[in-house]
Amino acid sequence: MNKLLECKNLSKYFGPVRALDNVTLTIGSGRIVGLLGPNASGKSTFMKICNDLLTPSSGEIRIAGFEPGVESKKIVSYLPERNYLNDWMKVSDIISFFDDFYADFNKEKAYDMLNKLNIQAEDRLKTLSKGTKEKVQLILVMSRDAQLYLLDEPIGGVDPAARDYILETIIRNYNENATVIISTHLISDIEKVLDDVIFIKEGQIVLHKTVDEIREETGKSVDSLFREVFRC
Amino acid sequence: MGWELKTDRPIYAQLIEQIELRICAGIYPPGSRIPSVRDLAQEASVNPNTMQRALAKLEEDGLLYSHRTSGRFVTEDTEMIRKTRNKLAKEQVQVFLKKMKDLGFEYGEILSIISDLAEEMME
Repeated sequence: MNKLLECKNLSKYFGPVRALDNVTLTIGSGRIVGLLGPNASGKSTFMKICNDLLTPSSGEIRIAGFEPGVESKKIVSYLPERNYLNDWMKVSDIISFFDDFYADFNKEKAYDMLNKLNIQAEDRLKTLSKGTKEKVQLILVMSRDAQLYLLDEPIGGVDPAARDYILETIIRNYNENATVIISTHLISDIEKVLDDVIFIKEGQIVLHKTVDEIREETGKSVDSLFREVFRC
Repeated sequence: MGWELKTDRPIYAQLIEQIELRICAGIYPPGSRIPSVRDLAQEASVNPNTMQRALAKLEEDGLLYSHRTSGRFVTEDTEMIRKTRNKLAKEQVQVFLKKMKDLGFEYGEILSIISDLAEEMME
């Protein structure tokens, strides 16, 4: 397995809180990975470190050999958990902006997805509903031909039909050089699409297996296993 | 025919069964080309690697074969398809018999229920 993403003893502390606690992890190319954990388990912290929005307290992280920074950002397409787009812009403006900014941005792909999801390119972002804004953000992220897609809660706010379309898009976009990491609570919706599952609990990796390994070994779906491991 | 996948068993094993079913039912006839991994994965909404694994196993079993350039095909060996069809039928009957046994039916009772229902349905 080649090493697209590699962490060694990665930790992040916020004062006394260990948001990530000694995480060692290798993820290869051509995988669709679910990063699953309850609220406040460290999922978003991990993604932020991958994108150089936070610096680790200790340990190492490499993406295709690069430390998070300018070089890694060229090949990582990141969907943050919150909306960061300027409300006054039109959908078409923000697409031009991305097209300008990222060398690997595919404008046709973006317009094609907008069409499929019935979003008007001339609408201003402030007139769009919360769910539609989320769809626009996801379209922007998936329209790059990146090597690593980091999607933080990509399907939480959208309706089930759009959710299906998004998962279909992820499958259609699949290629063996790219890896997609998805963090979510909506496990039953996505488990069929995943290769690997990572359970994260209080900043630690508690399980890293393929979906079929989990089903074979436990006779349970990832969703039921999650409910068991994280029972409150 | 839709793709029905249960949540408690490995996905790749279920994909193998469902493709076998399609071959036996003639949806993918002997010698015909089956859709690409990507198309099949999208149709079944599953991970392409999982679909690839299922197809590789079917190839190993001989039910499918691949041409390096032109794709994957169903075997032309109709005897092999017939055997697979019998295997699937046996599995169905085993599941059925197990359920009837759990309900407390005896062999003779089961047979008479089957023959009565079959007569009704075939009329």
